Amino acid sequence: MTSGETQTVNDYQQRKWQHIRKLLERSGPFCHPDFEPSPEILDFVMSCCKVLIVGAGGLGCELLKDLALMGFKTIHVIDMDTIELSNLNRQFLFRKTDIGLSKAKCAVEFVNKRIPGCKAVAHHCTIQDMDEGFYRQFHIVVCGLDSIVARRWLNGMLMSLLQYNDDRSLDQSSVIPLVDGGTEGFKGNARLILPGMSACIECTLDLYPPQKTFPLCTIANTPRLPEHCVEYVKVIQWAKENPWGASTPLDGDDPQHVAWVLEKAQERAIKHGITNVTYRLTQGVLKNIIPAVASTNAAIAAACATEVFKLATSCCTNINNYMVLNMSEGVYSYTFNAERRPDCVACSNTTRVLELESDATLQTIYDKLCEDQAFLMKSPGITTVINGRNKTLYMSSVKSIEERTRDNLKKKITELGLYNGAEILVADITTPNTITIKLKFDENIDVDMTR
Amino acid sequence: MIKLFSLKQQKKDEEGTARAGGSQKKASAAQLRITKDLNELNLPKTCSTEFPDPDDLLNFKLIICPDEGFYRGGRFVFSFKVGPNYPHEPPKVKCETAVYHPNIDLDGNVCLNILREDWKPVLTVNSIVYGLQYLFLEPNPEDPLNKEAADELQSNRRLFEQHVQRAMRGGYVGSSYFERCLK
Repeated sequence: MTSGETQTVNDYQQRKWQHIRKLLERSGPFCHPDFEPSPEILDFVMSCCKVLIVGAGGLGCELLKDLALMGFKTIHVIDMDTIELSNLNRQFLFRKTDIGLSKAKCAVEFVNKRIPGCKAVAHHCTIQDMDEGFYRQFHIVVCGLDSIVARRWLNGMLMSLLQYNDDRSLDQSSVIPLVDGGTEGFKGNARLILPGMSACIECTLDLYPPQKTFPLCTIANTPRLPEHCVEYVKVIQWAKENPWGASTPLDGDDPQHVAWVLEKAQERAIKHGITNVTYRLTQGVLKNIIPAVASTNAAIAAACATEVFKLATSCCTNINNYMVLNMSEGVYSYTFNAERRPDCVACSNTTRVLELESDATLQTIYDKLCEDQAFLMKSPGITTVINGRNKTLYMSSVKSIEERTRDNLKKKITELGLYNGAEILVADITTPNTITIKLKFDENIDVDMTR
Repeated sequence: MIKLFSLKQQKKDEEGTARAGGSQKKASAAQLRITKDLNELNLPKTCSTEFPDPDDLLNFKLIICPDEGFYRGGRFVFSFKVGPNYPHEPPKVKCETAVYHPNIDLDGNVCLNILREDWKPVLTVNSIVYGLQYLFLEPNPEDPLNKEAADELQSNRRLFEQHVQRAMRGGYVGSSYFERCLK
C-alpha cells in the first residue's frame, strides 16, 4: 500500500466520524453544563464503552445498527429467538436464507461485516441464562423486549448489582443505566432508568395495560365476538381435550396448534351464530399479536440510542425520564418524569443489616426482629434464597407452614444454610414490603464459613 | 446526572476479576410480594391453606368449609398457582373438588371477576380468598359457568338446594357424577 492510499483510508476514517466529533469536541448552547469537550470521549465510546442490547427483534435490529453507526464497537446482543419469515419486513438485518437461524448471531454477523471495526458479540440464549458477572461487565444496558416478565427480570438483575455504602447511600459506580424501548403498533415509549436513582420498571408496573381478558362466564355461555370463541377453546376446551396429550401446553407459535384451535373455534362460532373466526384472528388472540410497525420501531430505537450516546458521553442532558410517542393520529409525543415509588419492591429495597453471633439460632433472629428498636416487628415471616432456591425459614401466620418450619427456630442459623453476609427476606405487617436483611456475624474469626 | 465516562472508565478496565465470592441470588419481585401476601394472610375461620412444599410459596391449596348457605358442611379444595408476573397477573385458581355450582364448572374453572377481568395488582391472595368464600355464600346465577345449575337456582331454589346436597353427599346430578365432599 502506498502512502497515498494510506492517506485516503485515514481521511475516510476521519470523515466517517466527523459528525460525531462535532458533537464531542466542541461546546454548544445545548450541551450539558458540566460537559468538557475532548477527543478522548470518542475514544471511550469506541474502545472502552461496553453496551448490552437485549433483544434482536424489531427494536434490537434498529438499536444495533444505530449504536454501531454512532461509534460503539463493543456491543453484546442477547436474544433467544430464531428468525421467522414474518420478521423480514422490519428486521432488516435478516434475509430469507436466515430463516430458522439465531437472531442474535445473524444480526451481529451482518453488522460486523457492514461496519468495519465493529466487534459485536452474539448470545443466543435467554436473559436468565446469564449471571451477575455477565451483566456487571456492561456500562449501559438497552432493551427492546416484548415481554413484561423479561423486563422485570432484567430490572431486578440490575437492581441486585447495586452496592450501598455503609451510610446506606448508593455507590454510583455500581449503577448500570437501563434504557428501555417498547412499541405496540403506532405507539411506543422510550425511557431511562438509573437503578436506585430514578423510577424503575417495578415502580411503574401499573402503566402497563392489563392483558385483555374476557369474563369467563361470557366466553362459556354467551359468546358474542369471534374472540370469545377462540378464548373459549384456549381457556377451556384445550385443557379438557388435550389434543397433544396432557403435558403439551398450547403453543401459539405451533401452526398445528393454531389450526386445531381455529377448527374448534369455528365450530363454536357456527353454534352461536358468530362469523369471522379466521386464522389471523385466532393467532392474534392466542399470542396477543399487535401488528409491528417498522417506523415506530425506528423512531423509538433512535430515541433509545440517543439516550445511550448521551449516557456514554455526558454531552447532553438525558431525558427525564419517560417519553411516549403516539403516531396513530398525526404525531404526538410527550415526556414526563415517572416518579419512584418509595415502597417499590425492587428499587427501594435497600438492604438492612442485622448483627448477631455466629452460633445464634433462628429464634434469636426472630426475637431480634420483634424486640430490636430498629425493627419492632409483630410476626415476621422469614425466607431466604439458598443456591438459587427459595427456602421458607419460619412463617407463623400460615398454620400449615408454621407447623413445618417451627423446628427451624431451635436450629443454629449456620445449620440452616445461612452464613455471614447471607441475606434473609422478612415480611411483616409493619413494613409495606418484604425487606432484605443482611446477616453480619459479630465474631470475625470463623467468618469464611462453609456455604 | 450520572457521569458514566469519568465514573466507569477505571472500574470496567479491571473487569473480569469480578467481585470475590459472588453475591447471593436475589428473590424475584413476585416472590417478595407473595411472601408479604401470605405473611399477612388473614383467613376466615372457614378457610385453611396447605403447602405441599413449604419452601414453594407459589403453589398451594386453599380449603374452604362453608358454615352457612347452600354449601354448609362441604369441603372444597382450590389450587393456587402464582406466576412470575404476579401481581401484574392474577394467580391461576382452580377448584379441585367437583361441585354443583352456578359459577364453577365441572372442570374446576371458576368465574370470579377478580380472577380475570377485574384483577388489579393492589389485590392480594386475601382478596381472592374472600371472593371465593363469597361465591359459596351467594352463588350468582347472573354470571353462570354451569348454566344448568344457574337456571335451576333461579327457577327452583328448593330443587337446586337438593341437588347441591346430593352432589356433596356423592352422586349424580343429571348426567354428571360428583364425588362426596362432606367434611
